[in-house]
Amino acid sequence: MATSDAGGPSDLELLNRAREGQWEAFEELVARFERRVLRVAERILQQRQDAEDATQQTFINVMENLEQFRGEASVGTWILRIAANQALTVLRKRRSSRLVQPVAGGSDSDEPLPPHPEFIAQWRDDPADLAHRSEVRRLIDEALAELDEKYRVVFQLRDVEQLSTRETAEILEISENNVKVRLLRARLQLRERLTRVLGDESTRVTPPTHDH
Amino acid sequence: MKCEEMLKALNDYVDGDVDPRICREFEKHLVGCDPCRIVIDNIRKTISLYRGDEPYPLPREFHDRLHDCLRARWREKYGRGPS
Repeated sequence: MATSDAGGPSDLELLNRAREGQWEAFEELVARFERRVLRVAERILQQRQDAEDATQQTFINVMENLEQFRGEASVGTWILRIAANQALTVLRKRRSSRLVQPVAGGSDSDEPLPPHPEFIAQWRDDPADLAHRSEVRRLIDEALAELDEKYRVVFQLRDVEQLSTRETAEILEISENNVKVRLLRARLQLRERLTRVLGDESTRVTPPTHDH
Repeated sequence: MKCEEMLKALNDYVDGDVDPRICREFEKHLVGCDPCRIVIDNIRKTISLYRGDEPYPLPREFHDRLHDCLRARWREKYGRGPS
């Protein structure tokens, strides 16, 4: 998660200089993380204006809490946690005005069993070759948007932003086991959706119905 | 190990976070089960695709608004700062 340019100051050095009141250091830190913060907010909130507001509030919170950074996680993880918390605060406010299923909370037992894989085939291309194609970028955004909020948020925090299971559990106020269960469901659903588009039909195999 | 059990242990296996004994069983299962092997490969590629997707730059208008707002806040907090 370190994003220091070759030879440039590390994220931690920038944070320390910002604590001493150096605006330029703080602005550089913002420049390093603003794209990821906006993406987290947008992926969680699925609404552009709310995501921009949450991004702005995230960096205000970062500024107000520079002295609170303890170095228990990397600077990047710390900022992304603040971003996730901010986006979730907006979700909770939305929830108070309409009836929606909570993304946070809930017990492990309310999770349905994970879906069984149905379309099973090798992908035609490597992820590295796919990532630059605009139709693929659209596909992965759409696939994520189709997930239930609670699965989408866990996938974004764990697999995309690479927060730990414990960090994700703390942010969402759910158990670590619940994070794992939701992540499994998210991964299986995304796999199914993407493989239907990116899979090579000629390599398709029948889902296992047998025990062996 | 059955396919059903495999599905449950799949997360930990993909994350490399699995008991070595279960890992051996898992791999033994994969040798004889094409569908499970492909599903694991698909999931790894799915994660890799999302991770490799670089976030877009901020739209100019939002970038400027964000930085203006933060600059003003900075002045309030430190009573000095950006020129």
